[in-house]
Amino acid sequence: MILYTQKNDTIVALSTPVGVSAIAVIRLSGEDCIEIVQRIWQGKNLQQQAGNMALFGKIINQKKEIIDEVVLTLFKAPKSFTKQNVIEISCHGSAYVVQEILTLCLQNGARLAEAGEFTQRAYLNGQFDLAQAEAIADLIHADSKASHQLAISQMRGGFSNKIKELREDLIKLAALLELELDFSEEDVEFAHRGELLTQVTDLQAVIIKMANSFQLGNVMKNGFSVAIMGKPNAGKSTLLNTILEEDRAIVSNIAGTTRDTIEESKIINGIKFRFIDTAGLRETEDTIEKIGIERTRKKIKETQFILYLFDTETMNIEEVLAEEINEIQPYQIPYCLIGNKIDLITETQLATLKQLENFIGLSVRQPQTIKDLEDFLANYIEHISSNESQIIVNNTRHQQCLLEAANALQVVQNAIKDRLATEMIASDLRQAIYHLGSIVGEVTNNDLLDFIFSKFCIGK
Amino acid sequence: MFREYDVIVVGAGHAGCEAAHAAAQMGSKVLLLTMDMTKIGQMSCNPAMGGVAKGQIVREIDALGGMSGIISDITMIQFRMLNRSKGAAMWSPRCQSDRMRFSEEWRLVLERNPNVDFWQEMVESLLFEGNKIVGIKTQMGIEIKGKSVVLTSGTFMGGLIHIGEKQFGGGRVGEKASYGITEQLVKVGFEAGRMKTGTPPRIDGRTIDYSKTEEQPGEENPEKFSYSNTPHLTTQKSCWITYTNPEVHELLKTGFEKSPMFAGRIKGLGPRYCPSIEDKVTRFAERDRHQIFIEPEGWNTVEIYVNGFSTSLPEDVQYKALQKIEGFENAKMFRPGYAIEYDYFPPTQLKMTLETKIIDNLYFAGQINGTTGYEEAACQGLMAGINAHLKVHEKPEFILSRADAYIGVLIDDLINKGTEEPYRMFTSRAEYRILLRQDNADLRLTEMAYHIGLADSIRYQNVIEKKRKIEEMERVLPQMKASPDELNEGLKSLESAEIREKIQIQALIKRPEIVFDNLKTIFKPLETLVEQFGEEISRQVEINIKYETYIEKERQMVRKMHELEDFRIPDNFDYERVNALSAEGRQKMRKIKPITIGQASRISGVSPSDISILLVYLGR
Repeated sequence: MILYTQKNDTIVALSTPVGVSAIAVIRLSGEDCIEIVQRIWQGKNLQQQAGNMALFGKIINQKKEIIDEVVLTLFKAPKSFTKQNVIEISCHGSAYVVQEILTLCLQNGARLAEAGEFTQRAYLNGQFDLAQAEAIADLIHADSKASHQLAISQMRGGFSNKIKELREDLIKLAALLELELDFSEEDVEFAHRGELLTQVTDLQAVIIKMANSFQLGNVMKNGFSVAIMGKPNAGKSTLLNTILEEDRAIVSNIAGTTRDTIEESKIINGIKFRFIDTAGLRETEDTIEKIGIERTRKKIKETQFILYLFDTETMNIEEVLAEEINEIQPYQIPYCLIGNKIDLITETQLATLKQLENFIGLSVRQPQTIKDLEDFLANYIEHISSNESQIIVNNTRHQQCLLEAANALQVVQNAIKDRLATEMIASDLRQAIYHLGSIVGEVTNNDLLDFIFSKFCIGK
Repeated sequence: MFREYDVIVVGAGHAGCEAAHAAAQMGSKVLLLTMDMTKIGQMSCNPAMGGVAKGQIVREIDALGGMSGIISDITMIQFRMLNRSKGAAMWSPRCQSDRMRFSEEWRLVLERNPNVDFWQEMVESLLFEGNKIVGIKTQMGIEIKGKSVVLTSGTFMGGLIHIGEKQFGGGRVGEKASYGITEQLVKVGFEAGRMKTGTPPRIDGRTIDYSKTEEQPGEENPEKFSYSNTPHLTTQKSCWITYTNPEVHELLKTGFEKSPMFAGRIKGLGPRYCPSIEDKVTRFAERDRHQIFIEPEGWNTVEIYVNGFSTSLPEDVQYKALQKIEGFENAKMFRPGYAIEYDYFPPTQLKMTLETKIIDNLYFAGQINGTTGYEEAACQGLMAGINAHLKVHEKPEFILSRADAYIGVLIDDLINKGTEEPYRMFTSRAEYRILLRQDNADLRLTEMAYHIGLADSIRYQNVIEKKRKIEEMERVLPQMKASPDELNEGLKSLESAEIREKIQIQALIKRPEIVFDNLKTIFKPLETLVEQFGEEISRQVEINIKYETYIEKERQMVRKMHELEDFRIPDNFDYERVNALSAEGRQKMRKIKPITIGQASRISGVSPSDISILLVYLGR
């Protein structure tokens, strides 16, 4: 059951349609919304501003990193849509930026708005007359129906089955504890604490996996990781430095200069990319370099995209490339081939290379080629996210529920390990069930009793 | 011959007795009607009160000024605190009772009350004026006027007893069923249904070989139900445990074709948590034995209640099967077990006060509402009696919420969710299980009951004093500290981690393995403090420390619930006007007529989006 009654708490949601657009508007409403936004805002002090103001500034995270430059519109109660304090943040319409700002708002005390909740507040605070209520009610109904559909549809692949399993596991687990509490006098065997712990741990693992399996959600949270690969001295570190616009990696013309992986982030078109400069993969006798190469392999396996860099000046380029593609294909990670130093080859040579699949020509001396590469990456992400764009906000809600459930299950594990009383463990488990309820469907006391009566011979 | 009564109570079982007593105690003129005055407060099934969740209810009844706790204390033959191996929040008192003494005490209590009149006869119909009840008419045709009526029919309305292929009308074995009222109520618009329950055979204790059974004695230091100064047991009777075996099961199977359950003659739904032995043998075929509790029926009788052997198989099959049980080889039966079907009215037709929505001033309590159990019945009777009195005296109604008491959970569940099978209380039904403990029912409820005129001033003063002492001990305890030198040796002996620096004694109580009881043995100043404040106060303080975070969490949940609970829905709200409501939600709310948004949210079939739509509608 969702409680709607704290009508002054601050709600937040994306107000513009989900998906990639030039500009997105994130809206907050509630008593504390100014205070909340102030914490993630770099610009004029919001508390000191009058209402009906548009302000330019930056949204920053805890580490003071800039998420986006935005225009913020401030409405002060009661002169706003909801008659509460309202802030509208107009940011760049990228999935990452939107997600990051929403997350920051949540972390600072807002909660995600329910379907139709802004409108509801507007109504409750007297913005509409009763005649409009029916329309709004219809809207809420439609929205929640749609969001339910969404919840189901976004569980890609085998997820809906997973959800069902999860629900059953949850019922079973809770029922085992309730059995102990309500039927201690019965001639039945109670769950061993060790087994219970294993079950909770397994369940938590599944939930965490689910939370992480929203690919886009993951990208947003951790950034999109891109490995820069290639033969020694192909110019990987130079590329990284060029992208970052700083000298992060040591560059030399000695092959094997980069011995460990270097990781740096950059936000391109509002999406956070984590570039990983790898040690060139080559047979080597140098122990330190060997370790570096080993780490590189491991790191590459964890990335989401590979930029394979090669020197276009290389002799017998087709043969060499075929060999190199063979080397990266086993990773089963999407890749593109970056032909470096195209300023040093002929137009004809370049034209031949351009016929290759996933080819991008690059020259650090031609800034436009760097820009092309960045555009390519940004488009790639938008391509992925547009396939899932309908689920972004809902995703956050679900992901949040899943993560909170996972946290609650951690508390359950601790309670079991600390040998706390059964009713305490059961109470903690109820929290987990509460958080999961909106995803797996509400678990009622009757579900637990049904399970108990079907599985155990209860009753004198 | 009769005056006009404030409250007429029909039926003198656990619900009826509590209803009559409560209304009379509050000042109403009460008539208690029963078909047989020797059966007042009869324990129709097992001779026991309390148990997990049920024991909490008895404590609550007592805290409110009801009599079930006191009578249980006076008539018990054995006491055990169930769930002692769990935390204190789960402890549940249970006693074995002397069946005859229990009934006798109820009669004495009611006879002592000058506001209670008795009449021994069957009620044939209810008298209505418009949609209000004004009295009852007996079988002899006597019309008795009453401003309100509490109907507690138990298993008597349309009661049908089954033993094997035999079936006959009856409210209990050997007692007549009653007919007419159900039909009359259905005619005025009530929905009625059938439920089923069962009871095991009673046997002759002189014919049991106890040496083949396990003894289950009472607790060494028996506690009790009532917060008042009832006596503690000094001697107790034991129960005994034996088991069925495959031979018993095979014998039972020979009667299956004559089983009224399996043959489909019984239409009513029985409780899954109280299955008959034939049910257990069928559904849990993999089990080669089932537990049987041998429960004495009283101090001075040899009659034994065979708990765990409820059955409606033919009496000869029962008899033969019993004799295959270890210890029962020569057992003689006093009477066979049987199943009984009876009429009930789905409780969604009631208001929170247990008054019916269709007929004003008519209240239902007990099995008529689809519940099972003496405790469940008694607490409904109590609440119906209280509210009948309050209504005829034009005073505000008395309702307990889910956060106040198990009684609140029970009534809220009944009214909003209804019940498909006989409803029994379980702790899992309560959201605020750690707040609703058996040890704090008086702290939760007695003041409320005092203010409506039920709990007397002694109870009230006791609670005020108890609260004061708890606060005092909670002020003193934090100042009690101890150093590693004073404690570490003792902690070692308790297998608890040693401390490094001076520590508050109450910090140690948070450790799962530490309680006042063992800590005071290693730290004398605590023993002195516990002695100074006494067991009862110390227990409260201990629980408040141990469960601190859990208590706080539940309190937060309660506050949230109350926010929705304060959001009232107008009396005659027209759900048809709200097109956007789901069809099921609208239908359920039209039927149940929730008073608040909170209540609406607990109705099965009402979705969260229905609630948000209602909130929009009722916005201002």
